[in-house]
Amino acid sequence: MANAALTQAPAATGPRTSLRRTIGNRRTLGNSALTVLAVSLTLLAMFPLFSVLYMLIVRGGALLSPSLFTELTPGAGMEGGGIGNAVVGTLVVVAISTCLALPLGFLGAVYLAEYGGDRKLATLVRFAAKVLTGLPSILAGVFAYATVVVTTGSFSALAGGCAMAILMIPTVMLTSESALLAVPSKMKMAAFGMGATRAQTVLRIVIPTAIPGILTGVMLALARAMGETAPLLFTALFSDYWFEGKLTQPIASLSVLIYNFAGSPFEHQVSLAWAASLVLVSIVLILNVTAQFATRRPEEQ
Amino acid sequence: MNSQELSAPMTSEMPDSGRDSAAQIAAAVGDAPVVMDCRIKTLHYGDFLAVRDTDIPIVSNEITAFIGPSGCGKSTVLRSLNRMNDFVNGFRFEGSVHYRGQDIYAPEIDPVAVRRSIGMVFQQPNPFAMSIYKNVAFGLKLNNFKGNFDERVEAALRGAALWDEVKDKLSSSGLSLSGGQQQRLCIARAIAVEPELLLMDEPCSALDPIATRRVEDLMLELKEKYTIAIVTHNLQQAQRVADRTAFLFVDTSAGGRTGYLIEYRPSAELFEDPREERTKAYIRGEFS
Repeated sequence: MANAALTQAPAATGPRTSLRRTIGNRRTLGNSALTVLAVSLTLLAMFPLFSVLYMLIVRGGALLSPSLFTELTPGAGMEGGGIGNAVVGTLVVVAISTCLALPLGFLGAVYLAEYGGDRKLATLVRFAAKVLTGLPSILAGVFAYATVVVTTGSFSALAGGCAMAILMIPTVMLTSESALLAVPSKMKMAAFGMGATRAQTVLRIVIPTAIPGILTGVMLALARAMGETAPLLFTALFSDYWFEGKLTQPIASLSVLIYNFAGSPFEHQVSLAWAASLVLVSIVLILNVTAQFATRRPEEQ
Repeated sequence: MNSQELSAPMTSEMPDSGRDSAAQIAAAVGDAPVVMDCRIKTLHYGDFLAVRDTDIPIVSNEITAFIGPSGCGKSTVLRSLNRMNDFVNGFRFEGSVHYRGQDIYAPEIDPVAVRRSIGMVFQQPNPFAMSIYKNVAFGLKLNNFKGNFDERVEAALRGAALWDEVKDKLSSSGLSLSGGQQQRLCIARAIAVEPELLLMDEPCSALDPIATRRVEDLMLELKEKYTIAIVTHNLQQAQRVADRTAFLFVDTSAGGRTGYLIEYRPSAELFEDPREERTKAYIRGEFS
């Protein structure tokens, strides 16, 4: 009977099948082939990134000097000068948009995560934010043009900041919401069990615990906004002068500088565009690395 | 063994027979001072009747254990003693829980105030993602404590038998501690505000035997100052630490799973000479 055959133990002396590694084996070959495929496609995917970085360093690195950051953009056909006004301008516009987007996005996230739940309003807000993340940036520019530039009658840093803020709000809101939701509910229950009110629990436990995740969201939103050109073309425009503290005037920015100078017939302006690209990528890179460090919490398992 | 004998207590076809009467419960308390008098008529989650007919008096400076099979509602009963069930959607409560003469389910009662005077330790250690010191000081800050924080934090950590292990690293994160230490940190956090009553929901279920013993020793020390109600799955633990034990059982006769009290007595009597059939069967380990 089959049962008898099953209960009989196999002879323990010789191996039933060879356990040695054999190169020609189909299974081994298939395994190696897949590994090679995966590694080579990964390298191929990295190629554009590294070639862009390489070109930026080779073409843009040549002009890197302190004066690049301290001098104004040169006019057509002129030599010398720098991109100082554009660096300052980008930082100013990003600062304006952060001031607008951070409170709105963050408080919206607190509502969604802690108060909204499955309510209709929360579902609607969440849906709107998701749609807004996919909004083409040029539309944010057109919107800010129609609402701020047209009503105030001039291109301005403020209008640029508004356009950027529209792009930042959904990213800040959605990443902050998931950071807040990631706070373990057992921590919240512990706070409630101590007799904390909902507001105290949110302010003292949930938000502090979620801060690293919220920072990451803000940094990512910043990095994305910083590289945007289209929304600034309609709003902040450009300026060949230093920022003088007036938010109602046009302002320079790195991305618009790159857009203007890259297509210029003058070789010096083109190389300044390369230098500006390198500076912009470096700032974005620094932001991303900072965000990584902010998220890391070594004391946790 | 006869299989009918085994299944008889589990189906509980006669739900209201074989359980302690109010007089028997009162007799089990005797003259002892009752801090909290829990009288649950019904406790619903939505349409689901989770607990019914459960009266458990909790006596001052004693440890009262809640035991019973899984799903018998012992944690639910414990969580209704400091209104933690309020966070569950559809929670409805009929009956009363008198704490020092006040019904904590009376409409004029603020549940936040209830939770401030009744501490709770959870099944999973749940320290906050902040320093050990701040974890313990959290409740003091909530209560606008104006005295010396350092003293109170040290006293609480000493009370939870954790001081010697953490005194040199009070500023490191509470999450960096081991599971047993985290649970003692949670106990320290709960006793820092000196609650009169401490509710513990299977505090040792996530701990290894050594850490469990430390927490048990700690409970025996704590009952000098505090009153403790503990839910436990571990009969030996109830036998080792509890002065009185409440045995709950689950009634599946109506198609649901409804917990109710079978027997409430001093632990020594309940474990050595159980009165009710189901208690006997449970203690003999015939079902869990």
